[in-house]
Amino acid sequence: MMNTRIISLSLFLVVLFTAFSLNREVALEGYGIGDYAADFSLKNIDGKMVSLADYKEARGFLVIFTCNTCPYAVAYEDRIIALDKKYRDQGVPVIAINPNNPSVQPGDSFAKMQQRAKAKGFPFPYLLDEGQKVYPRYGATRTPHVFLLEKTGRGNLVRYIGTIDDNYQDAGAVKTRYVEDAVDAMLGGVQIPVETTRAIGCSIKV
Amino acid sequence: MPLKRLVTLMFILVGCGPGSTKEKGLALHAPEPRETIESGALSIPVYDFDGLEPLLHLEDGDTYIVNFWATWCAPCVKELPYMEQIQSDYKDRGLQVLLVSLDMPRMWDSHLVPFVKERNLKSHVVVLDDPSQNTWIPLVDQDWSGAIPATLIYNREKRMFFEEAFSYERLNEVLSNFNL
Repeated sequence: MMNTRIISLSLFLVVLFTAFSLNREVALEGYGIGDYAADFSLKNIDGKMVSLADYKEARGFLVIFTCNTCPYAVAYEDRIIALDKKYRDQGVPVIAINPNNPSVQPGDSFAKMQQRAKAKGFPFPYLLDEGQKVYPRYGATRTPHVFLLEKTGRGNLVRYIGTIDDNYQDAGAVKTRYVEDAVDAMLGGVQIPVETTRAIGCSIKV
Repeated sequence: MPLKRLVTLMFILVGCGPGSTKEKGLALHAPEPRETIESGALSIPVYDFDGLEPLLHLEDGDTYIVNFWATWCAPCVKELPYMEQIQSDYKDRGLQVLLVSLDMPRMWDSHLVPFVKERNLKSHVVVLDDPSQNTWIPLVDQDWSGAIPATLIYNREKRMFFEEAFSYERLNEVLSNFNL
């Protein structure tokens, strides 16, 4: 009798420990394709809190970790605006998040975010990841870093992770528009041709 | 004997590879650059990835630190003095540092050249200018997300990759893996 109890307890501990280890691994590595992304509540430049759940009609989201100070992020600003204009009406708005800690990178302060958004006329929310809690959950490592989510009955499914296109320097010389190809495929219900890509970017400042 | 012929062929191929060279030093190995940024005595070669790649696979017995950086990357700039210091500390023990700048073309004259001059950088500086990043990033290392700073350390026996900003102590600690 005693033995059975000990065995049950040990088994329980093993299961608990395994579950804990697995969770930890996921938390460290961020999301992969096919994971469900957690919602968040972050402050927008207009002072209001924004969550994915606020977008009742959305079919998905382009969650883009970006900032004011990274030259790559700046090089892509106009293309991020264009993505929002193209896909917002199709139900896939851009949600931009600045993951940098302003005390480390003063150029990415809330006030500076407001200035930049106004100067460029950002048509999308530009949120501050206060306390740097959201970007590690997603596994963002750099700016700009795009996560395409598809809204499903079970949650926001991660469908594409990576860069916007294959030429940061020259929008006119782009051959493959990874994000547009992914959103078009998602909305069209066909296989996304390239689900993950890499690009040089600025490390996130914490 | 087809097998014998194959083995002979392999020997010839290996013999012609980079491993056979007796010369040492990044300058000696330097492939032909696509272009060169010239400013006074300073000359910085510019490569696309195909041009740079041989410098990531030298097999002359030296140990190479290949640091990917840019003048606009604050943590990169912070660790550069450690790269310079380690180069000078280990220069008699077969360590060479290659600083691969990812500065964009419009920043070469305005930022990179003044930076290299002001800091009087002793390490070998080259520019990698290749927009097809999704293709070449995994060729540097399968685990590299693309964030900088990033550093590859290798020699004939060993290869390690770090997507992190180094302190001098940490760099020293990592180098202890390389039998210098």
